[in-house]
Amino acid sequence: MADKRLLQGWLPLLWLLLALAGVSLSLPSVATAGDAPASSVADLIRPVDAGGVRPELFTPDERATGRILMAAPKPKREDYPSIGISSRSVVWVVAQMHLFFAAFVLAVPLFVLVIEWIGVRTGDPRYDDMAHECMKISMTAFSITAIFGGTLAFLLFLLYPQLMGYLFNVFDRQVLVYALLFFAESAFLYTYYYSWYALRYGDRKWLHLTLGLMLNAVGTTLLLVANAWVTFMMAPSGVDESGMVTGSIWEIMKGPLWNPINLHRFIANVAFGGAVIGAYAAYKFLSTQDSRLRAHYDWMGYTANFIAILSFLPLPFAGYWLMAEIYAYSQQMGITAMGGILAWLFIVQAVLIGTILLAGNYYLWSGMSRTPGSKRYQWLIKYIAVVLVGSFLVWVTPHTLILSADEMKQLGGNSHKLLGPLGIMPAKNIAVNLMLIFTFLSFQLFRRSDKEVTVSWAGFGNALMVSIYVVAVLNVIFAGVYYGYFTNTVYKVGSSVMQVASTLTVIIAGVVIDSLMFRGARQLPTTWGQVSNRAQYALFALPIAFTWLMALMGYVRSSVRTHWHVYTVMKDNSPDNYIPTIGHAGNMMTIVTVLFLLFVLFIFWVASLADRKQPRPAFLDGGAS
Amino acid sequence: MTGADRQRGSVLGKVLLFSLSLTLVFTLVANLLPQVEGEAPVEKEIDLGELTMDSFVALGESIFKGKGTCTLCHNSMGRAPDILVMNMVEIARERLADPRYRGKAATVEEYLHESMVDPSIYVVKGYGKKGSNDTVSPMPVVDKPPIQLSEVEMNAVIAFLEAKDGNEVGVPLPEGLPENADAAKPGGEPAGAVDGPASTPEQALNKYGCTACHAIAGSLASLGPDLQSVGARLDAASIRQSIIDPDAVVADGYDAGLMPGDFANKMTVSELEMIVEYLSAQKGGQ
Repeated sequence: MADKRLLQGWLPLLWLLLALAGVSLSLPSVATAGDAPASSVADLIRPVDAGGVRPELFTPDERATGRILMAAPKPKREDYPSIGISSRSVVWVVAQMHLFFAAFVLAVPLFVLVIEWIGVRTGDPRYDDMAHECMKISMTAFSITAIFGGTLAFLLFLLYPQLMGYLFNVFDRQVLVYALLFFAESAFLYTYYYSWYALRYGDRKWLHLTLGLMLNAVGTTLLLVANAWVTFMMAPSGVDESGMVTGSIWEIMKGPLWNPINLHRFIANVAFGGAVIGAYAAYKFLSTQDSRLRAHYDWMGYTANFIAILSFLPLPFAGYWLMAEIYAYSQQMGITAMGGILAWLFIVQAVLIGTILLAGNYYLWSGMSRTPGSKRYQWLIKYIAVVLVGSFLVWVTPHTLILSADEMKQLGGNSHKLLGPLGIMPAKNIAVNLMLIFTFLSFQLFRRSDKEVTVSWAGFGNALMVSIYVVAVLNVIFAGVYYGYFTNTVYKVGSSVMQVASTLTVIIAGVVIDSLMFRGARQLPTTWGQVSNRAQYALFALPIAFTWLMALMGYVRSSVRTHWHVYTVMKDNSPDNYIPTIGHAGNMMTIVTVLFLLFVLFIFWVASLADRKQPRPAFLDGGAS
Repeated sequence: MTGADRQRGSVLGKVLLFSLSLTLVFTLVANLLPQVEGEAPVEKEIDLGELTMDSFVALGESIFKGKGTCTLCHNSMGRAPDILVMNMVEIARERLADPRYRGKAATVEEYLHESMVDPSIYVVKGYGKKGSNDTVSPMPVVDKPPIQLSEVEMNAVIAFLEAKDGNEVGVPLPEGLPENADAAKPGGEPAGAVDGPASTPEQALNKYGCTACHAIAGSLASLGPDLQSVGARLDAASIRQSIIDPDAVVADGYDAGLMPGDFANKMTVSELEMIVEYLSAQKGGQ
């Protein structure tokens, strides 16, 4: 049975191999000149045909490296193959599906390794079981990732042959490294998963943890390599103005946006992976009446939500860095994203992040019912809710409205007198930082609910924590209002650093103070499984919003290139080289989100099959047939 | 079907309903927002024979607000000077008289042109890149990608900037296509830009950037020796050697080490020979 599953797992790899073979066939072949390379100046300056020397087809550099020095092609519209439907839409769906599953399968082993390690440290077998269960889900997802990856490669070469030919010329043998890494990833993944129970205790467990570490090292390297392709397309480096390679592969990879994207995707993947696992736990929780299983899946859902929200909190700061680097690379590109045609998408982003934070907070508040100790903090929830909803409304308030002449006359401009100022970035920076601070407050209260502090300096610790919250909130509001509305643009941008620092101070101080203050605290009873069914739907809201958000932000990231395949180097002359309306883009995002949802439910179902056993039929024991 | 199966089915249905409803909310938000498509710049052929000053100014305005993407920053949001509400002729005169100005322009038209192709030569106070103390402009060079305006298009923008406040337009109407027709086409690729091996000597000279330093093939650059009469001074072998090993013999008055020494590794033999043959024929009218 295991052999059969292994074989099924390798089928996608064969598919990828076929795609890679197709890739190599479609590349311009590099003929090697039979002549010995000319070395001396005398050889080099010898006129053509003098001494019977035939003119070379390739330069000495090209002969030495076996690689054509190729400027970026300039395909015309008719050079793009047509398949009767929009090539961009087809690639959009398949690429997004590949990215969703790739994000999931790269993220799960990261926190699974941490959970497994916690299990070793605490000696609690529940951690080990949960880690194994998470891996079980990601195994099916891995096969699906490879199938979509192979299909994507095939489609890209079919529909955008010039672009892919050029990218392969630029990245050259790095593509082979990627393929090798993929095989290494598969090898470590299968070994890690299938050796789980064979290497469970004692020294063997450390061998198993090492396998997990190797799996994550290879997986993260895969992520970095693939990121280099997209960041090269956004901000090419290591090539000249014509797109001809002038630098080493390292110079090509380490463009200005590579590290910001690496960090952003790494954190976002973990948050996304946690959210999907949380949905799995919620699904299992709702599907059973067995109190033991409900307790297990309640705990699993809580842990997954913890991973998702904790990873999500620093994500806006990684986003700030990425956007700052985009502005530094090209102000025009930055403004296209934040102030140009794509700016409206950030209203949708606000709705999505608001949904994530509200759902995450709601789950935490509901989860407080598991312990009687939460009664001490429940009075605060309504205030947190007011701040969250108020901030959310500020965040979604647009600044400039597209209005008819009559409407503009009535309004006295294209923005509302009172609400207009809430539409600009300083107001939104205040809102998002307050939402993050108050989400952390919910999280901190939740963590404190099942503990009773015993240290003598508890009063001081609490006063210090409250002071930090008050100062941080006042600082976020002051910096936003004063620098945002009463100074010029340069200071407006600078004020966001103060706000981010305030938020991070709260988070770091909260973690440090609580870890010291609750050392040796008295543990209050917690009843896992004692949580409402309604709370489980918050665990579904999270991955749905995360998935839509990933589709949205991926679209923004890709669209800032506007009508360029490779920004400033290779123009996109395909019929789809325009930026579609937000509605069209939103419909595409819904299609990929629903598709992903269906695939995820399929994965949950496949994972649940392993738990089911058909009763032995009576006829096998000699009964009536 | 067991009770457990029925429960699983019911949960699946509820989960699907909830998830789809939430997804539809996000879709609805996206569809309620203003629906605008961002078209890629359309390359327009201009009939220079039919061009009037009014249509030239109108062309400049459409480039300023469209292909040039100028209004992304030059608007009332404060990212860059709002030049649509400024009299740029008066402003240009003030800038030329400013002690901070370190460019080469002498006229309004030259200043406006210079500000497009070398924006950092004069940065308006408060609008420089962060940390540059207003010495580096965040504005992209408009005759390079991604904007890539041609000379005709830049002149049209200058005409628009002058005319919008009732000033006299100081740039002349383009008269017929210049010698290098491709370069003058709005949005046209730079002449001679070739992907593979060059097929003509002019393409090869352009591909390897010879015209950036040498006066040849229409260029009047003077960083390197004038090559318009090089055929009268050097034979083919010497020209070939000067390309492959430029510091072997350095012309009087020029420094060694300026010319790249790696053309032997970059050029195909046929490209090298085309250039050598072409340069050998340049006898300066003799």
